[in-house]
Amino acid sequence: MTPLSSYLLVAALLFAVGLAGSLTRRNAILVLIGIELMLNAANLNLIAFWRYGPHPEALTGMMFAIFSIAVAAAEAAVGLGLVIHVHRHAHTTDLDAMNRMKG
Amino acid sequence: MSFVFYPIAALAVAGGLAAVLLKNTVHCALALTVAFAGLALLFLQLDAQFAGFAQILVYIGAVAILVVFAILLTRGSETPRDGVYSRHWTSGLAIAAGVFAVLGLAVLQSAQVLPHETGTIKATVMQIGNALVARYVLALEIVAALLTTATIGAVIVATHEKDGAE
Repeated sequence: MTPLSSYLLVAALLFAVGLAGSLTRRNAILVLIGIELMLNAANLNLIAFWRYGPHPEALTGMMFAIFSIAVAAAEAAVGLGLVIHVHRHAHTTDLDAMNRMKG
Repeated sequence: MSFVFYPIAALAVAGGLAAVLLKNTVHCALALTVAFAGLALLFLQLDAQFAGFAQILVYIGAVAILVVFAILLTRGSETPRDGVYSRHWTSGLAIAAGVFAVLGLAVLQSAQVLPHETGTIKATVMQIGNALVARYVLALEIVAALLTTATIGAVIVATHEKDGAE
């Protein structure tokens, strides 16, 4: 059986990849993709700790991951709706070009 | 030491890397589905069948499609002239590398004291359903309200209002 630390390292790597993507990309949709990767890395940690924890029959980590998936889906819907609205307003999804708060 | 873990983990990480590195935005969204599929396989590897299939349904089935729709609606697949990376990409990369170094060091330092596997686990859908409607029913209701609100909010935000129309 794979040790827990391997799963944690994979999750850390995915989190770092997502963070790098959301901090370096220009396109707002790619930033959202990076955020989704970070959320998924956190889910992997939750599931791994649930599997290796002392009381897996309590299902706590599993429940946390399921609710986290639901919240992430809501976040993706609202985020992409905002991106579409901003694109209609500013005619770009380039975050470097969006430097004004006022419409 | 399970051998299957390494190709699955490599698939997930490679999908994630491709999703943030590729130039064409549509290719990024497709690479994202590969990363999600790899993560779902990792969940299955961890005996979390329900979470694995929920991951496939929610992420590959819904979120990735949503991302593709958003890309097509914003014509984001055209590669911009002045590159796909932001002006401050070096500092972003440095921050991400620092975060990974800290997380990796923390995991490696504590690898000895981390708990070991505790036999086989059965988390059947029945147990999960019972837990959802008994112990976690309040959280379930809150998530239901949140999803409803988020869906209505996303529709309101993205609805096209013509100039002059009330």
